Amino acid sequence: MNELLKVENLRAGIDGKEILRGINLTVRPGEVHAIMGPNGSGKSTLSGVLAGDPRYTVTSGTATLGGADLLALSPEDRSHEGLFLSFQYPVEIPGVTMVNFMRAAVNAKRKYLGEPPMGASEFLKMMRQKRAIVELDNKLASRSVNEGFSGGEKKRNEIFQMAVLEPRLAILDETDSGLDIDALRIVASGVNALRSADNATIVITHYQRLLDYIKPDFVHILYKGRIVYSGGPELALELEEKGYDWIKETADNADGANTGANA
Amino acid sequence: MHSLRQYIELYRDNRDTIEAAAAVIINRRRPEALRALEAFAEQPAPRTPYRETSADLLYAPDYGLNIGRLQFAVDLAASFRCDVPNISTLLAVVVNDTYRPGALLEKNLPAGVSVMSLARAAAEHPEWVEPYLDSLSACATPTAALNSLLLQDGVMVHISRGVRLDKPIQIVSIFNSPTAMLAVRRLLVVADEGAAARLLLCDHSQGSGVPYLSCAVTEIFAGAGAEVEVYGIEEANADTVRVSETHARVADGARLLLNGSFLSGGISVNDYDVRLDGDDARADLSGLVIGGGSQCAANRVVLRHHGRRCVSRQLFKYALFDDARGEFGGKIVVDEGATGTDAEQNNRNLLVSDGARMDSAPQLEIYCDDVRCGHGSATGELDANALFYMRQRGIPLDEARMMLTQAFMSDVVDAVGYEPVRDRLRHLVEKRLGGEAASCANCSAEDSLCNR
Repeated sequence: MNELLKVENLRAGIDGKEILRGINLTVRPGEVHAIMGPNGSGKSTLSGVLAGDPRYTVTSGTATLGGADLLALSPEDRSHEGLFLSFQYPVEIPGVTMVNFMRAAVNAKRKYLGEPPMGASEFLKMMRQKRAIVELDNKLASRSVNEGFSGGEKKRNEIFQMAVLEPRLAILDETDSGLDIDALRIVASGVNALRSADNATIVITHYQRLLDYIKPDFVHILYKGRIVYSGGPELALELEEKGYDWIKETADNADGANTGANA
Repeated sequence: MHSLRQYIELYRDNRDTIEAAAAVIINRRRPEALRALEAFAEQPAPRTPYRETSADLLYAPDYGLNIGRLQFAVDLAASFRCDVPNISTLLAVVVNDTYRPGALLEKNLPAGVSVMSLARAAAEHPEWVEPYLDSLSACATPTAALNSLLLQDGVMVHISRGVRLDKPIQIVSIFNSPTAMLAVRRLLVVADEGAAARLLLCDHSQGSGVPYLSCAVTEIFAGAGAEVEVYGIEEANADTVRVSETHARVADGARLLLNGSFLSGGISVNDYDVRLDGDDARADLSGLVIGGGSQCAANRVVLRHHGRRCVSRQLFKYALFDDARGEFGGKIVVDEGATGTDAEQNNRNLLVSDGARMDSAPQLEIYCDDVRCGHGSATGELDANALFYMRQRGIPLDEARMMLTQAFMSDVVDAVGYEPVRDRLRHLVEKRLGGEAASCANCSAEDSLCNR
């Protein structure tokens, strides 16, 4: 099967401090990957680096999306190539309405793909359809981006934007944080409705809870900037039961042994 | 300030010509103006951190004056390229320094509303002019003294007692001259008791590469219970320098709104002197500056609370691109006895480029207890998190910057109370920011402004 995302030996950091210390990850169309791990293991850094957050510096390695060299592209072009990041903390943008924001995003992508801008009525119709997927209130569309939205509304708004932009690869960064069970169900069913054989999803999460709704094909455990363990969906259940300590111990021992051997 | 001497000499050499074309009331002010200007010329230039906007430097170039009152042809259509349709105004034009009423103006003015040249007002209604002209500017600054010394004519707007005018009076000042020119401009606005009026003042310049200097003094009198709104929009070319002073007195229960927008120009220095004289009066001052290239814009406000229970609000916002410079000086003075004062002042600035610079000096001077005064000033960059969020959604960096800058300005635009003007201003801001983004990509700010 062809690869949608291929990450090899990716090392990156912030302010000279290395956080990702050699990530290898392959995601194929149709797959759902869960990335779990304790706090500070580099989960959000990985999503930020893949999306092109300028705060991070990549020091070595490669990342391709459908063959395109991700690391060579601007954040906006990564988006146009089909990468979507659902933010852990969606940003409030006072003074920019959701409608104008989405119109600018949609038309920028169409321009990138050599298509003409979308007509006004077609655009509004599309917005209406996509809103229904996450039961997002019509009123929010005329408000400023995320301004005054509740925690649940912000996350639903992220999935709404994902529905509009139809990415090939969606990275959901702790989309479950701050959600009550009803909002979680709506968000998850939205994500599931958008799944197809051509796109893929990476779910970054602390907890098994979200994975009850979005069933992963693979589960990876990130620890100290590396994927130290990969498995099937049963791995998430095991973590829920046993916690991260056994993973940490195994990884630290292996790390210690390696360091010892190198010394 | 040695640079003022050339104007004193010019006056001495051409005194007869200058006075021949002017009203007696205006000529009567010249001896005092001359004395004041001579005194300023002898003083050393005041030490200021804002070199670019010091009067000494602004008046240094050798501009010509149209003392012979030659008529210049102007292409009015060219100055209205950026007009939003559906705005219907009572239009008057000032070409360089000469007032030219629109063809239909006189016919369309309702009873009790007069817009005419200062010379005509002085001849027909001296009672509108004599008590007011120069009473606020009073030759107290080099600009005021220079203006009174060289003034030949100006514009008078008079609204009679109780008359409420809905349609805005639009006064468009245009520069058009083949050679460098100084235009001495004057506007006198008298709104009698209970009168209401809106003014839209637009500054343009035609032809690029010709240095223009506008020396403009405006005096506004809002009588008891009057409502006066003045919206200024400056859209001139990079060779235009504007030095402007606006003085206003607000009587019992009156309301004054001043809103100034700098969209383009070379250097623009705007002084506001507003005094809430009466009780229960209100003043709203706001302004926006969008500066690019090497443009420089300054707003300096002295807002004095004299009456009791008066309210004042100030909001000035700057977005500076490239190497643009901005300056804000805002002072609230609360006089002794001005109890129940409620004053707020805000200055917010966005430095979009590394080369941009902003100086802000908010001040309070309070000589009375029982007042509520607040002021704040903040200068920063665009929100990096918001920029990344927008880019992640596919919005290109330049467009994201433009959208955020526009959003930043939205509350100043919203401060425009009259909807057609607000829509027009929003449209102009959008266009201006669009041109700026284009200019970053491939050409200078001047070119993008000229090509609109």
